[in-house]
Amino acid sequence: MAKVEGEVQLLGVGGSPFARRVQIALKLKGIEYTYIEENLRNKSDLLLKYNPIHKKVPVLVHNGKPIVESLVILEYIDETWENYPIFPQQPYEKALARFWSRFIDDKILPAISKAAWTVNKEEREKGIEESLEALQFLENELKHKFFGGESIGIVDIAASYLAFWLPVVEEAVELKLLTSDKFPKLHKWSQEFINHPIVKENLPPKQGLLGFFKSRYAAISAASK
Amino acid sequence: MADEVILLDFWPSPFGMRIRIALAEKGIKYEYKEEDLRNKSPLLLQMNPVHKKIPVLIHNGKPIAESLIAVQYIDEVWNDKSPLLPSDPYQRSQARFWADYVDKKIYEVGRNLWTKKGDEQEAAKKEFIEAIKLLEQELGDKTYFGGDKLGFVDVALIPFYTWFKGYETFGNINVEKESPKFIAWAKRCIQIESVSKSLPDQDKVYDFIVEIRKKIGVE
Repeated sequence: MAKVEGEVQLLGVGGSPFARRVQIALKLKGIEYTYIEENLRNKSDLLLKYNPIHKKVPVLVHNGKPIVESLVILEYIDETWENYPIFPQQPYEKALARFWSRFIDDKILPAISKAAWTVNKEEREKGIEESLEALQFLENELKHKFFGGESIGIVDIAASYLAFWLPVVEEAVELKLLTSDKFPKLHKWSQEFINHPIVKENLPPKQGLLGFFKSRYAAISAASK
Repeated sequence: MADEVILLDFWPSPFGMRIRIALAEKGIKYEYKEEDLRNKSPLLLQMNPVHKKIPVLIHNGKPIAESLIAVQYIDEVWNDKSPLLPSDPYQRSQARFWADYVDKKIYEVGRNLWTKKGDEQEAAKKEFIEAIKLLEQELGDKTYFGGDKLGFVDVALIPFYTWFKGYETFGNINVEKESPKFIAWAKRCIQIESVSKSLPDQDKVYDFIVEIRKKIGVE
Protein backbone atom coordinates (compact mmCIF):
# COMPACT_ATOMS: atom_id res chain seq x y z
CA MET A 1 0.00 0.00 0.00
CA ALA A 2 1.49 3.33 -1.04
CA LYS A 3 1.78 6.00 1.57
CA VAL A 4 -0.81 8.65 0.77
CA GLU A 5 0.64 12.09 1.25
CA GLY A 6 -2.44 14.23 1.40
CA GLU A 7 -5.77 14.04 -0.31
CA VAL A 8 -6.26 12.66 -3.81
CA GLN A 9 -9.35 13.14 -5.96
CA LEU A 10 -10.05 11.99 -9.48
CA LEU A 11 -12.68 13.69 -11.62
CA GLY A 12 -13.73 11.30 -14.35
CA VAL A 13 -16.44 9.77 -16.45
CA GLY A 14 -17.06 6.04 -16.09
CA GLY A 15 -16.85 5.24 -19.78
CA SER A 16 -13.82 7.42 -20.49
CA PRO A 17 -10.69 5.47 -21.41
CA PHE A 18 -8.57 8.48 -20.44
CA ALA A 19 -10.01 8.63 -16.92
CA ARG A 20 -9.65 4.84 -16.60
CA ARG A 21 -5.94 5.17 -17.45
CA VAL A 22 -5.48 7.26 -14.35
CA GLN A 23 -7.63 4.95 -12.26
CA ILE A 24 -5.58 1.91 -13.29
CA ALA A 25 -2.34 3.68 -12.36
CA LEU A 26 -3.71 4.76 -8.97
CA LYS A 27 -4.87 1.20 -8.26
CA LEU A 28 -1.60 -0.40 -9.37
CA LYS A 29 0.20 1.83 -6.89
CA GLY A 30 -2.39 1.26 -4.16
CA ILE A 31 -3.14 4.97 -3.83
CA GLU A 32 -6.32 5.89 -1.98
CA TYR A 33 -8.46 8.48 -3.71
CA THR A 34 -11.97 9.86 -3.94
CA TYR A 35 -13.65 9.40 -7.28
CA ILE A 36 -16.01 12.07 -8.56
CA GLU A 37 -18.21 11.17 -11.54
CA GLU A 38 -18.76 14.09 -13.88
CA ASN A 39 -21.65 14.70 -16.25
CA LEU A 40 -20.10 16.10 -19.40
CA ARG A 41 -23.38 17.61 -20.56
CA ASN A 42 -23.63 19.48 -17.27
CA LYS A 43 -20.10 20.13 -16.08
CA SER A 44 -19.66 20.75 -12.39
CA ASP A 45 -18.26 23.97 -10.95
CA LEU A 46 -15.47 21.84 -9.56
CA LEU A 47 -14.46 20.62 -13.03
CA LEU A 48 -14.63 24.11 -14.51
CA LYS A 49 -12.53 25.41 -11.61
CA TYR A 50 -9.87 22.71 -11.90
CA ASN A 51 -9.69 22.57 -15.69
CA PRO A 52 -10.76 25.98 -16.95
CA ILE A 53 -8.73 25.70 -20.15
CA HIS A 54 -9.84 22.36 -21.60
CA LYS A 55 -12.88 21.67 -19.36
CA LYS A 56 -12.31 17.92 -19.72
CA VAL A 57 -11.81 14.82 -17.64
CA PRO A 58 -9.72 13.28 -16.22
CA VAL A 59 -8.50 15.74 -13.61
CA LEU A 60 -6.33 14.57 -10.74
CA VAL A 61 -6.41 16.80 -7.69
CA HIS A 62 -3.64 16.28 -5.14
CA ASN A 63 -3.76 18.40 -2.00
CA GLY A 64 -6.08 20.79 -3.80
CA LYS A 65 -3.77 21.19 -6.82
CA PRO A 66 -5.11 20.01 -10.18
CA ILE A 67 -3.28 18.18 -12.95
CA VAL A 68 -4.93 17.59 -16.33
CA GLU A 69 -4.20 15.64 -19.54
CA SER A 70 -3.97 11.90 -18.82
CA LEU A 71 -0.36 11.38 -19.94
CA VAL A 72 0.77 14.38 -17.87
CA ILE A 73 -1.17 12.99 -14.90
CA LEU A 74 0.48 9.58 -15.29
CA GLU A 75 3.97 11.14 -15.24
CA TYR A 76 3.01 13.07 -12.11
CA ILE A 77 1.68 9.95 -10.38
CA ASP A 78 4.83 8.00 -11.20
CA GLU A 79 7.08 10.78 -9.90
CA THR A 80 5.08 11.28 -6.70
CA TRP A 81 4.44 7.66 -5.71
CA GLU A 82 7.55 5.70 -6.50
CA ASN A 83 6.29 2.17 -5.79
CA TYR A 84 5.26 0.06 -8.81
CA PRO A 85 7.00 2.29 -11.36
CA ILE A 86 5.06 2.55 -14.60
CA PHE A 87 7.74 4.45 -16.54
CA PRO A 88 11.12 2.86 -17.30
CA GLN A 89 13.97 4.31 -15.24
CA GLN A 90 16.58 4.50 -17.99
CA PRO A 91 16.34 7.75 -20.06
CA TYR A 92 16.33 6.11 -23.50
CA GLU A 93 13.73 3.51 -22.53
CA LYS A 94 11.71 6.30 -20.96
CA ALA A 95 11.89 8.34 -24.18
CA LEU A 96 10.63 5.32 -26.15
CA ALA A 97 7.76 4.79 -23.69
CA ARG A 98 6.78 8.45 -24.06
CA PHE A 99 7.02 8.14 -27.85
CA TRP A 100 4.68 5.13 -28.04
CA SER A 101 2.19 6.63 -25.58
CA ARG A 102 2.01 9.77 -27.71
CA PHE A 103 1.78 7.67 -30.87
CA ILE A 104 -1.30 5.98 -29.45
CA ASP A 105 -2.92 9.34 -28.68
CA ASP A 106 -1.79 11.25 -31.76
CA LYS A 107 -2.03 8.57 -34.45
CA ILE A 108 -3.84 5.39 -33.45
CA LEU A 109 -6.86 6.78 -31.63
CA PRO A 110 -7.66 9.50 -34.21
CA ALA A 111 -7.34 6.97 -37.06
CA ILE A 112 -9.70 4.57 -35.30
CA SER A 113 -12.12 7.41 -34.66
CA LYS A 114 -12.04 8.27 -38.35
CA ALA A 115 -12.75 4.65 -39.28
CA ALA A 116 -15.50 4.10 -36.73
CA TRP A 117 -17.54 7.27 -36.54
CA THR A 118 -18.53 7.67 -40.17
CA VAL A 119 -21.04 6.17 -42.53
CA ASN A 120 -19.25 7.52 -45.58
CA LYS A 121 -17.64 4.48 -47.30
CA GLU A 122 -14.61 6.37 -48.60
CA GLU A 123 -13.86 7.99 -45.27
CA ARG A 124 -14.20 4.67 -43.50
CA GLU A 125 -11.85 2.96 -45.96
CA LYS A 126 -9.27 5.69 -45.45
CA GLY A 127 -9.67 5.49 -41.67
CA ILE A 128 -9.26 1.71 -41.77
CA GLU A 129 -6.10 1.98 -43.86
CA GLU A 130 -4.58 4.52 -41.46
CA SER A 131 -5.61 2.48 -38.42
CA LEU A 132 -4.13 -0.75 -39.75
CA GLU A 133 -0.86 0.98 -40.62
CA ALA A 134 -0.64 2.57 -37.19
CA LEU A 135 -1.57 -0.64 -35.37
CA GLN A 136 1.14 -2.52 -37.28
CA PHE A 137 3.80 -0.22 -35.83
CA LEU A 138 2.53 -0.97 -32.34
CA GLU A 139 2.32 -4.72 -33.08
CA ASN A 140 5.99 -4.67 -34.09
CA GLU A 141 6.92 -2.96 -30.83
CA LEU A 142 5.46 -5.62 -28.58
CA LYS A 143 8.29 -7.89 -27.48
CA HIS A 144 7.13 -9.28 -24.13
CA LYS A 145 3.94 -10.12 -22.29
CA PHE A 146 3.25 -6.41 -21.83
CA PHE A 147 4.79 -3.29 -23.38
CA GLY A 148 6.25 -2.73 -19.91
CA GLY A 149 7.87 -6.18 -19.90
CA GLU A 150 6.57 -8.72 -17.40
CA SER A 151 4.46 -6.08 -15.70
CA ILE A 152 2.11 -3.34 -16.92
CA GLY A 153 3.75 -0.05 -17.82
CA ILE A 154 2.79 3.33 -19.23
CA VAL A 155 2.40 2.12 -22.83
CA ASP A 156 0.07 -0.69 -21.73
CA ILE A 157 -1.98 1.82 -19.75
CA ALA A 158 -2.05 4.24 -22.68
CA ALA A 159 -3.12 1.38 -24.96
CA SER A 160 -5.98 0.26 -22.72
CA TYR A 161 -8.47 1.68 -25.25
CA LEU A 162 -7.31 -0.97 -27.72
CA ALA A 163 -7.81 -3.81 -25.25
CA PHE A 164 -11.27 -2.94 -23.98
CA TRP A 165 -12.99 -0.06 -25.77
CA LEU A 166 -12.02 -0.93 -29.32
CA PRO A 167 -13.71 -4.37 -29.39
CA VAL A 168 -16.90 -2.73 -28.11
CA VAL A 169 -16.69 0.01 -30.76
CA GLU A 170 -16.03 -2.63 -33.42
CA GLU A 171 -19.18 -4.44 -32.40
CA ALA A 172 -21.26 -1.26 -32.28
CA VAL A 173 -20.22 0.10 -35.68
CA GLU A 174 -19.64 -3.22 -37.49
CA LEU A 175 -15.95 -2.79 -38.04
CA LYS A 176 -13.04 -5.21 -37.75
CA LEU A 177 -9.65 -3.73 -37.01
CA LEU A 178 -7.69 -5.49 -34.29
CA THR A 179 -8.12 -9.07 -35.48
CA SER A 180 -6.02 -11.96 -34.19
CA ASP A 181 -4.89 -12.96 -37.67
CA LYS A 182 -3.57 -9.49 -38.55
CA PHE A 183 -2.27 -8.61 -35.08
CA PRO A 184 -1.57 -11.82 -33.17
CA LYS A 185 0.69 -10.18 -30.56
CA LEU A 186 -1.64 -7.25 -29.86
CA HIS A 187 -4.60 -9.59 -29.68
CA LYS A 188 -2.89 -11.82 -27.13
CA TRP A 189 -1.72 -8.72 -25.20
CA SER A 190 -5.28 -7.38 -25.04
CA GLN A 191 -6.47 -10.60 -23.38
CA GLU A 192 -3.61 -10.50 -20.86
CA PHE A 193 -4.32 -6.85 -20.15
CA ILE A 194 -8.06 -7.02 -19.54
CA ASN A 195 -7.64 -10.12 -17.40
CA HIS A 196 -4.97 -8.56 -15.22
CA PRO A 197 -6.42 -8.56 -11.66
CA ILE A 198 -6.16 -4.80 -11.18
CA VAL A 199 -7.28 -3.83 -14.69
CA LYS A 200 -10.25 -6.20 -14.57
CA GLU A 201 -11.66 -4.36 -11.55
CA ASN A 202 -11.29 -0.97 -13.19
CA LEU A 203 -13.07 -1.25 -16.50
CA PRO A 204 -16.59 0.04 -17.17
CA PRO A 205 -19.43 -2.48 -17.72
CA LYS A 206 -19.43 -3.63 -21.34
CA GLN A 207 -23.20 -3.54 -21.87
CA GLY A 208 -23.54 0.11 -20.95
CA LEU A 209 -20.63 1.03 -23.17
CA LEU A 210 -22.03 -0.97 -26.09
CA GLY A 211 -25.38 0.75 -25.76
CA PHE A 212 -23.69 4.14 -25.68
CA PHE A 213 -21.63 3.42 -28.81
CA LYS A 214 -24.59 1.92 -30.65
CA SER A 215 -26.73 5.00 -30.09
CA ARG A 216 -23.85 7.23 -31.12
CA TYR A 217 -23.49 5.33 -34.39
CA ALA A 218 -27.24 5.33 -34.95
CA ALA A 219 -27.27 9.11 -34.54
CA ILE A 220 -24.50 9.49 -37.14
CA SER A 221 -26.36 7.18 -39.54
CA ALA A 222 -29.59 9.10 -39.08
CA ALA A 223 -27.88 12.46 -39.54
CA SER A 224 -26.37 11.41 -42.84
CA LYS A 225 -29.70 10.52 -44.46
CA MET B 1 33.87 7.02 -25.10
CA ALA B 2 32.82 10.42 -26.41
CA ASP B 3 29.12 11.00 -26.98
CA GLU B 4 28.04 11.14 -30.58
CA VAL B 5 25.08 13.45 -31.04
CA ILE B 6 23.44 14.13 -34.39
CA LEU B 7 20.38 16.28 -35.09
CA LEU B 8 18.36 15.69 -38.25
CA ASP B 9 16.58 18.96 -38.80
CA PHE B 10 15.16 21.54 -41.22
CA TRP B 11 16.22 25.12 -40.55
CA PRO B 12 12.76 26.82 -40.25
CA SER B 13 11.22 24.05 -38.12
CA PRO B 14 10.20 25.37 -34.69
CA PHE B 15 10.34 21.79 -33.46
CA GLY B 16 13.96 21.44 -34.55
CA MET B 17 14.75 24.79 -32.95
CA ARG B 18 13.58 23.44 -29.58
CA ILE B 19 16.19 20.70 -29.68
CA ARG B 20 18.90 23.11 -30.88
CA ILE B 21 18.20 25.37 -27.89
CA ALA B 22 18.26 22.46 -25.42
CA LEU B 23 21.58 21.18 -26.82
CA ALA B 24 23.05 24.70 -26.68
CA GLU B 25 21.85 25.27 -23.11
CA LYS B 26 23.64 22.11 -22.03
CA GLY B 27 26.76 22.90 -24.06
CA ILE B 28 26.49 19.65 -26.02
CA LYS B 29 28.55 19.33 -29.19
CA TYR B 30 26.54 17.85 -32.03
CA GLU B 31 26.45 17.39 -35.76
CA TYR B 32 23.64 19.27 -37.48
CA LYS B 33 22.27 17.60 -40.61
CA GLU B 34 19.94 19.63 -42.81
CA GLU B 35 17.23 17.49 -44.39
CA ASP B 36 15.57 18.16 -47.72
CA LEU B 37 11.96 17.35 -46.90
CA ARG B 38 11.13 16.67 -50.55
CA ASN B 39 13.95 14.15 -50.69
CA LYS B 40 14.31 12.61 -47.25
CA SER B 41 17.63 10.93 -46.51
CA PRO B 42 17.89 7.17 -45.91
CA LEU B 43 19.17 8.06 -42.45
CA LEU B 44 15.99 9.98 -41.60
CA LEU B 45 13.76 7.18 -42.90
CA GLN B 46 15.77 4.65 -40.92
CA MET B 47 15.82 6.72 -37.72
CA ASN B 48 12.16 7.77 -37.81
CA PRO B 49 10.33 5.09 -39.79
CA VAL B 50 7.06 5.76 -37.96
CA HIS B 51 6.60 9.46 -38.73
CA LYS B 52 9.38 10.08 -41.30
CA LYS B 53 9.70 13.58 -39.88
CA ILE B 54 12.29 15.92 -38.46
CA PRO B 55 13.57 16.66 -35.96
CA VAL B 56 15.27 13.46 -34.87
CA LEU B 57 17.95 13.45 -32.21
CA ILE B 58 20.42 10.58 -32.55
CA HIS B 59 22.51 9.82 -29.45
CA ASN B 60 25.20 7.21 -29.93
CA GLY B 61 23.23 5.73 -32.80
CA LYS B 62 19.90 5.62 -30.95
CA PRO B 63 17.12 7.85 -32.33
CA ILE B 64 14.68 9.95 -30.34
CA ALA B 65 11.83 11.51 -32.33
CA GLU B 66 9.24 14.13 -31.24
CA SER B 67 10.80 17.40 -30.07
CA LEU B 68 9.38 17.57 -26.54
CA ILE B 69 10.40 13.96 -25.90
CA ALA B 70 13.91 14.72 -27.19
CA VAL B 71 14.19 17.84 -25.00
CA GLN B 72 13.18 15.85 -21.92
CA TYR B 73 15.69 13.16 -22.87
CA ILE B 74 18.45 15.75 -23.16
CA ASP B 75 17.46 17.21 -19.77
CA GLU B 76 17.58 13.77 -18.14
CA VAL B 77 20.85 12.56 -19.67
CA TRP B 78 22.82 15.82 -19.36
CA ASN B 79 21.50 16.57 -15.91
CA ASP B 80 24.64 18.23 -14.58
CA LYS B 81 23.81 21.73 -15.79
CA SER B 82 21.02 24.08 -16.87
CA PRO B 83 18.01 22.01 -15.80
CA LEU B 84 15.08 22.69 -18.12
CA LEU B 85 12.40 21.00 -16.05
CA PRO B 86 11.84 21.86 -12.39
CA SER B 87 12.59 19.23 -9.76
CA ASP B 88 9.21 19.38 -8.02
CA PRO B 89 6.70 16.89 -9.54
CA TYR B 90 3.81 19.36 -9.47
CA GLN B 91 5.86 22.10 -11.17
CA ARG B 92 6.98 19.52 -13.72
CA SER B 93 3.37 18.57 -14.43
CA GLN B 94 2.51 22.20 -15.04
CA ALA B 95 5.50 22.64 -17.36
CA ARG B 96 4.45 19.55 -19.32
CA PHE B 97 0.86 20.80 -19.48
CA TRP B 98 1.88 24.16 -20.94
CA ALA B 99 4.32 22.64 -23.41
CA ASP B 100 1.49 20.35 -24.55
CA TYR B 101 -0.77 23.43 -24.79
CA VAL B 102 1.78 25.13 -27.05
CA ASP B 103 1.79 22.04 -29.28
CA LYS B 104 -2.00 21.92 -29.45
CA LYS B 105 -2.56 25.63 -30.01
CA ILE B 106 0.32 27.61 -31.40
CA TYR B 107 1.54 25.50 -34.35
CA GLU B 108 -1.77 24.44 -35.93
CA VAL B 109 -3.60 27.69 -35.27
CA GLY B 110 -0.56 29.74 -36.35
CA ARG B 111 -0.43 27.77 -39.57
CA ASN B 112 -4.07 28.61 -40.26
CA LEU B 113 -3.18 32.30 -40.02
CA TRP B 114 -1.07 32.13 -43.18
CA THR B 115 -2.81 29.32 -45.07
CA LYS B 116 -6.49 30.13 -44.64
CA LYS B 117 -8.79 32.91 -45.72
CA GLY B 118 -12.16 34.33 -44.78
CA ASP B 119 -14.06 32.84 -41.83
CA GLU B 120 -11.48 30.15 -41.17
CA GLN B 121 -8.75 32.77 -40.89
CA GLU B 122 -10.89 34.96 -38.63
CA ALA B 123 -11.48 32.01 -36.32
CA ALA B 124 -7.77 31.27 -36.30
CA LYS B 125 -6.95 34.89 -35.42
CA LYS B 126 -9.28 34.78 -32.45
CA GLU B 127 -7.96 31.43 -31.26
CA PHE B 128 -4.33 32.48 -31.67
CA ILE B 129 -4.67 35.71 -29.70
CA GLU B 130 -6.62 33.85 -27.02
CA ALA B 131 -3.81 31.31 -26.70
CA ILE B 132 -1.12 34.01 -26.54
CA LYS B 133 -3.07 35.86 -23.85
CA LEU B 134 -3.44 32.67 -21.81
CA LEU B 135 0.28 32.03 -22.06
CA GLU B 136 0.94 35.64 -21.07
CA GLN B 137 -1.27 35.10 -18.03
CA GLU B 138 0.64 31.96 -17.11
CA LEU B 139 3.93 33.84 -17.42
CA GLY B 140 2.67 36.47 -14.98
CA ASP B 141 5.49 38.49 -13.47
CA LYS B 142 8.14 35.85 -14.06
CA THR B 143 11.12 36.63 -16.25
CA TYR B 144 10.73 33.33 -18.05
CA PHE B 145 8.18 30.53 -17.84
CA GLY B 146 10.96 28.63 -16.07
CA GLY B 147 11.30 31.41 -13.46
CA ASP B 148 14.70 33.12 -13.33
CA LYS B 149 16.09 30.92 -16.07
CA LEU B 150 14.96 29.41 -19.35
CA GLY B 151 12.75 26.38 -18.78
CA PHE B 152 10.89 23.69 -20.67
CA VAL B 153 7.97 25.90 -21.68
CA ASP B 154 10.28 28.72 -22.85
CA VAL B 155 12.14 26.22 -25.03
CA ALA B 156 8.86 24.82 -26.36
CA LEU B 157 7.44 28.23 -27.20
CA ILE B 158 10.17 30.68 -28.24
CA PRO B 159 10.85 29.06 -31.66
CA PHE B 160 7.39 30.14 -32.84
CA TYR B 161 8.46 33.76 -32.34
CA THR B 162 10.56 33.43 -35.49
CA TRP B 163 7.31 32.80 -37.38
CA PHE B 164 5.54 35.88 -35.99
CA LYS B 165 6.36 38.18 -38.90
CA GLY B 166 4.58 35.69 -41.15
CA TYR B 167 1.66 35.18 -38.72
CA GLU B 168 1.20 38.92 -38.27
CA THR B 169 1.55 39.92 -41.92
CA PHE B 170 -0.70 37.26 -43.44
CA GLY B 171 -2.96 36.86 -40.42
CA ASN B 172 -3.34 40.60 -40.04
CA ILE B 173 -2.72 40.64 -36.32
CA ASN B 174 -0.46 42.63 -34.05
CA VAL B 175 0.70 40.48 -31.18
CA GLU B 176 2.55 43.28 -29.37
CA LYS B 177 -0.60 45.36 -29.26
CA GLU B 178 -2.64 42.46 -27.89
CA SER B 179 -0.04 41.05 -25.53
CA PRO B 180 2.88 43.38 -24.84
CA LYS B 181 4.14 41.22 -21.98
CA PHE B 182 4.35 38.24 -24.30
CA ILE B 183 6.53 40.12 -26.78
CA ALA B 184 8.66 41.44 -23.92
CA TRP B 185 9.24 37.84 -22.80
CA ALA B 186 10.13 36.78 -26.35
CA LYS B 187 12.64 39.62 -26.68
CA ARG B 188 14.24 38.63 -23.36
CA CYS B 189 14.57 35.04 -24.55
CA ILE B 190 16.32 35.89 -27.77
CA GLN B 191 18.94 37.82 -25.77
CA ILE B 192 20.08 34.50 -24.38
CA GLU B 193 22.98 33.12 -26.40
CA SER B 194 21.75 29.52 -26.59
CA VAL B 195 18.47 30.82 -28.03
CA SER B 196 19.81 33.43 -30.44
CA LYS B 197 22.33 31.06 -31.97
CA SER B 198 19.66 28.36 -32.42
CA LEU B 199 17.03 30.46 -34.14
CA PRO B 200 17.00 31.63 -37.75
CA ASP B 201 16.36 35.23 -38.70
CA GLN B 202 12.65 36.25 -38.69
CA ASP B 203 13.05 37.73 -42.16
CA LYS B 204 14.47 34.48 -43.50
CA VAL B 205 11.50 32.58 -42.06
CA TYR B 206 9.13 35.16 -43.53
CA ASP B 207 10.64 34.67 -47.00
CA PHE B 208 10.26 30.92 -46.53
CA ILE B 209 6.55 31.35 -45.68
CA VAL B 210 6.10 33.52 -48.79
CA GLU B 211 7.61 30.72 -50.90
CA ILE B 212 5.39 28.05 -49.33
CA ARG B 213 2.28 30.18 -49.85
CA LYS B 214 3.15 30.43 -53.54
CA LYS B 215 3.72 26.69 -53.75
CA ILE B 216 0.47 25.71 -52.07
CA GLY B 217 -1.41 28.39 -53.97
CA VAL B 218 -2.59 30.65 -51.17
CA GLU B 219 -2.99 34.12 -52.59
